[in-house]
Amino acid sequence: MLIDVHAHFLHDRSPRNDWRERNASRLRAGERVGITVHVASILGSWGATSPIYFPSPDDIEYGNTFLLNLQRAHGSRIRGYAVVNPNFQRHALAELDRCLDAGMIGIKLAASRRADDSLLDPICRAAADRGVPVLHHIWQHRRRDYPGQEASDAVELGALASRHPRVNFLLAHIAGGGDWIHTLAAARDRPNVFLDLSGSGVDGGMLEACVTQIGVERLVWGCDLTIDTGWAKLRYLQHLLPAAELELVAWRNAARIFPRNAFLAD
Amino acid sequence: MRIDVNSFVGAYPFRRVPGTSPDALLAAMDRVAVDQAWISHLPSVFWREPAAGNPWLYNTTRRMERLRPVPAVHPGLPGWEQLVREARDEGAPAVRCDPTYYGLDPTGPELRALVARCGEESMPLLLAVRLEDARQRHPNDRAGELPPWAIRTLIRIHPAVRFLVTHAERSFLEEVHFGSTPEEAARIWWDISWVWGPPEDHLQTLLGSVGIGRFVFGTGQPLRLPETSVAKLDLLDLGADERSAIESKNAASIASSASPEPKSRRSRVAT
Repeated sequence: MLIDVHAHFLHDRSPRNDWRERNASRLRAGERVGITVHVASILGSWGATSPIYFPSPDDIEYGNTFLLNLQRAHGSRIRGYAVVNPNFQRHALAELDRCLDAGMIGIKLAASRRADDSLLDPICRAAADRGVPVLHHIWQHRRRDYPGQEASDAVELGALASRHPRVNFLLAHIAGGGDWIHTLAAARDRPNVFLDLSGSGVDGGMLEACVTQIGVERLVWGCDLTIDTGWAKLRYLQHLLPAAELELVAWRNAARIFPRNAFLAD
Repeated sequence: MRIDVNSFVGAYPFRRVPGTSPDALLAAMDRVAVDQAWISHLPSVFWREPAAGNPWLYNTTRRMERLRPVPAVHPGLPGWEQLVREARDEGAPAVRCDPTYYGLDPTGPELRALVARCGEESMPLLLAVRLEDARQRHPNDRAGELPPWAIRTLIRIHPAVRFLVTHAERSFLEEVHFGSTPEEAARIWWDISWVWGPPEDHLQTLLGSVGIGRFVFGTGQPLRLPETSVAKLDLLDLGADERSAIESKNAASIASSASPEPKSRRSRVAT
C-alpha cells in the first residue's frame, strides 16, 4: 500500500485548458509508481476567479464539490481534503461540515492566513471534533512575505499545533522550497506535526536528516506537483530504511492519522 | 549502458551532503545502475582558482575507470587556454565553467574567449544553470543563476562550439531552443535532472517538441538524489532505442568528438 498525502487535481474552471490531461497523467503515473490512494485538494479556481492561496467562498465550494465528485468516480483511489479560507469563518466551518459529511477525510489550509493566527483556532477545533488531520501549506523558513500568499513556516505551524494537541498536522512539502534544515529544527519537538515529504526537491542528505531529526514515525510520503521526485524519494527510502520503517512512511503513519476506515486496506 | 553527465565529487560548502567521496559516488552509481559518470570537483567551483581542483580530478579518474573528468576552466585567469588542451589530453568529455560563481559576466569577454577556444578545440563546454533550488540557498550563497540569454548569446560565438547545459528547467530550455536557429540548437545538449515529470509532463513534452537527440541523462548527484532522473525515464513510455539515446548514446556522441578515451580506459569500460 502507498498513500500520497499531498496530491492535487484541476478542474474545468481552472486556468489550465489541459486540466483533463494533467488529472489523467497523475492517475496514470500513480499506477506505475504503485500509489494506492491520492489524498488530494483543489485550491479554489487555481487563480482563475480568485487567487490560488486566497480562494473565494464560491471558488472553494466549486473546487471541493469537483473533488468530491472525483472521489465518488474513482472509488478508493482518491480521497479529499476540504479546502477552506479562514478569513471567511462562517463559510469555512459550514464548508468543513459539508465536505466531511460527504466523505472527505482531512482539511487543507493553504496560505490565506498565517498559521499562528487565532482565526485558525475554530477550524482546528472542528478538526479535533471530527478526528481529521490538517494539511498546512508551508514555506520552509519564511524569511519575509512572498507575493500571492500569506505563507507560514514550521515555527508558525508549531505554535498552532501546540494550541491544538488533539489535532495532527501535516507540514506540507518539506522538499517544496525554502530551508528545510530550519524546519527540521523547528518541528522536532512538535509531536503532533508530521512532515510530508513531497515537493520537487531531492536534496542529497535531506531524507537522512528527516529520519534522524524527526523520526520515521512522523514522516509521510507524498508527491505534490512532481510524481517523479516522489518516486525517487520512495526509491531512496527503500535503500535507506528497513522494510517495516519504510511501511510507516509509505502508508502506515498516514493510516494512523486519517480517520479510521479512510483507506480501504488499512 | 547509462552515463551520468552531471555528477560531483568533493564537499559542498553550504550544507552537509553525504556521499561526496569518489567511493561513495561509485556506490551510488551501483545503486541506480549508472555505468559511467562525468564528474566535476565540487569544492573548486567556489575557489578563486577553480582549476586548482583539476589535478585531483585527473588523479581520481585515472584510478577509477568508471569516472571521467570534467575539469574547470576560469577564463579570467592567466594561462586558462592551456587547461582546454590539458583536458583533451586527459580524455575529458567536456570542460566546465561556472561564470556566476567565478564572478564573471556570463556573456562577457572572458566567456566569449572561452567559447571560441572550445569551438576551435572541439571541446564541449558544460554550463550549469544552478546547483541548488534558489529558495533554499545559504544566505551567503549569492551567485546568480545562469540566465537563458547567456546560452543564446554564447552559442552564436563560434559555429563549432557545443554546450552541455545542466540543471535547466522546461521554460529555460524552451527559451533557448526556440530562440536559436536549428543549427545552433543542434549544438546544445540538455541534461534531464531539473525537468519535471508527471503530472505536468514537462520532459515528455520536451522530448516531443525539442527532440530526443538533445537530451542526456544527468543527475546532479550527490547534491540531488540520482534516483530522480531514473524515475523520470521510468515514467515515460520510451522505446529501447529512445531510452538508450538519452541514457548513453547522445552523451557518447558528445564525448567521442571531444576527447577519445585513453586506450587503457577504453579497454576496461564496457560501452
